[in-house]
Amino acid sequence: MTAPALTVENLSLSISGANIVDGVSFAVAPGEVLALVGESGCGKSLTASAVMRLLPDAIRQTGGRIRLGSDDITDWPERRLRDLRGQRMSMIFQEPQAALDPLARVGAQIAESLRLPRASARPRVLRMLEDVGISDPARRIDQYPFELSGGMCQRVMIATALIARPIVLLADEPTTALDVTIQAQILDLLRRLAVERQTAVLLITHDMGVVADIADRVAVMYAGRIAETGPTEAVFARPGHPYTALLLASIPRLSDEPKSKLAVIDGRVPAPAEFGPGCRFAERCPLADARCRAETPPLLPVAGNRLAACFHAGRVA
Amino acid sequence: MTRHIAGRFGQAVVATLGVLTIVFFIMRLSGDPTLLLVPEGATAEQIAQLRHALGFDRPLLVQYGAYLLDLLRLDLGDSLVQRTPVFGLVAERIPYTVALATGALLVALGIGIPAGVMMAVWRGGLIERALAGFVLAGQSLPTFWSGILLILLFGVTLGWLPTSGVDGIASLVMPSVALGALTMSTFARMTRIAVLDELSRDYVNAARARGLSRAAVVARHVLRNAAIPVVTVAALEVGNLLAGAVIVETVFAWPGIGQLAIQSIQARDFLIVQAIVLFVSVVYVGMNLLADLAYALIDPRIRMGG
Repeated sequence: MTAPALTVENLSLSISGANIVDGVSFAVAPGEVLALVGESGCGKSLTASAVMRLLPDAIRQTGGRIRLGSDDITDWPERRLRDLRGQRMSMIFQEPQAALDPLARVGAQIAESLRLPRASARPRVLRMLEDVGISDPARRIDQYPFELSGGMCQRVMIATALIARPIVLLADEPTTALDVTIQAQILDLLRRLAVERQTAVLLITHDMGVVADIADRVAVMYAGRIAETGPTEAVFARPGHPYTALLLASIPRLSDEPKSKLAVIDGRVPAPAEFGPGCRFAERCPLADARCRAETPPLLPVAGNRLAACFHAGRVA
Repeated sequence: MTRHIAGRFGQAVVATLGVLTIVFFIMRLSGDPTLLLVPEGATAEQIAQLRHALGFDRPLLVQYGAYLLDLLRLDLGDSLVQRTPVFGLVAERIPYTVALATGALLVALGIGIPAGVMMAVWRGGLIERALAGFVLAGQSLPTFWSGILLILLFGVTLGWLPTSGVDGIASLVMPSVALGALTMSTFARMTRIAVLDELSRDYVNAARARGLSRAAVVARHVLRNAAIPVVTVAALEVGNLLAGAVIVETVFAWPGIGQLAIQSIQARDFLIVQAIVLFVSVVYVGMNLLADLAYALIDPRIRMGG
């Protein structure tokens, strides 16, 4: 593997003392798509905010390092970070229409990432609009977000994020708010641009379908920890953590009997105050035993180039 | 855009007509206006004579038609006390009140909006708490009291500003501050809420994620979005300023329509009072029309949606 564009090592975040992200590590190579998957509230979006160094005021980083290329940016001052954002790392969001200023023309918002005078930015913005598949860019560049569809707004956001050729793109649920057909188009676009421009993409999603579509590798998060990580195909083919297995089993399939019951994972995600000393999935896990409740299972290699944080990884089917 | 303006203009015309009609009927509903005007102890014959002279013996609808026609010619009748046309009496006072209201609005906007933005941006900090105290003071001090305190301090003790009357721009300072204080507080609170509301939106995060500083996001994106509710309040506040002018003009002996209104009420010169009510109402409607036009300038969705 080439040197990673983004490395997160042992990231821990807490809110008023409660440990909501605990020792999360991963790396993304140039041109690679890593999907960070988990239920809402598992800490995946906060992880992205921590990478951007844009955590909400209430949340503290209690440990870990963030590396962009070879630069450790963990303790960089705000002024230097500002020069990174939009230039070497950028981000797109779940609700493209809400992520654009409703009163500013889309061209002007894309140009903000370039930090050039408006006139000299314009040809580059036009070219970028074309690159993200917006037809008639000469007309679109002067339109307002409300004149564009949700899918087009997400293309505009992608243009905004990639125009300065960053090495890392964080995509926080970029297709959740879009129609299914548009979803596929946006994912294809992200995939294509990531490979063409050798951008490392950290894709945050709760949707295993999205993961299967575009991710090279996947990291499954549960309650602030990584449960399992590995190449997408290998993880899908033979999950090494019971949570991953149950998550995959809960996806409805066309081959299911009509009106058959959807598989669900019993119980609920524990609140940070309820975290015990052991595996955070233990209360919902069919394989859990006394050791699982007492000790935190480390993330260890299992077959097929994967890592899983489970004492019973070998027994997961 | 044209459709939006035409629509709002039509609404303003209807509102103005409504105001004229309400003013006319309220004046008549409250009894025979002649009785308000005659001196005590007048004979029935004198009353009937005056009633005829003023046209109050005609059918109501005829009076209404005549009233509207007169208004079209800007003929508001003659003052019952000074025996000169009301239009001229009110018109010569209007520039003073406009100057006062403008001064007050400048105080209110110039202090209120920056204070509101700072309270939102530095939420929870010392600056916010200090400003909140200042805003609360502006909101709670009654004008008749704060006006007198201002006169005492800057007029009498320090002697920096004239205590009352009209003597160049210096004499406009204290009345403007006294009148603008309440409106300033309203602007500060409204702006704070509007800016806080905008700061929580996704586009703020997105703009930060492309490398804009917090200050740049506020300046380039947030202020414009927060302007819409503030413009609404600004239009409504002009009405409050004109109402407040009645008190401030009395405290500072400022010869505007507020002072004229008080004098005319005391002298039962009801045609002048009616003219002032009409003026204030038309200004109010006009300000709301301006606010509607401002929305269209600020927000492309309104401009293009029609």
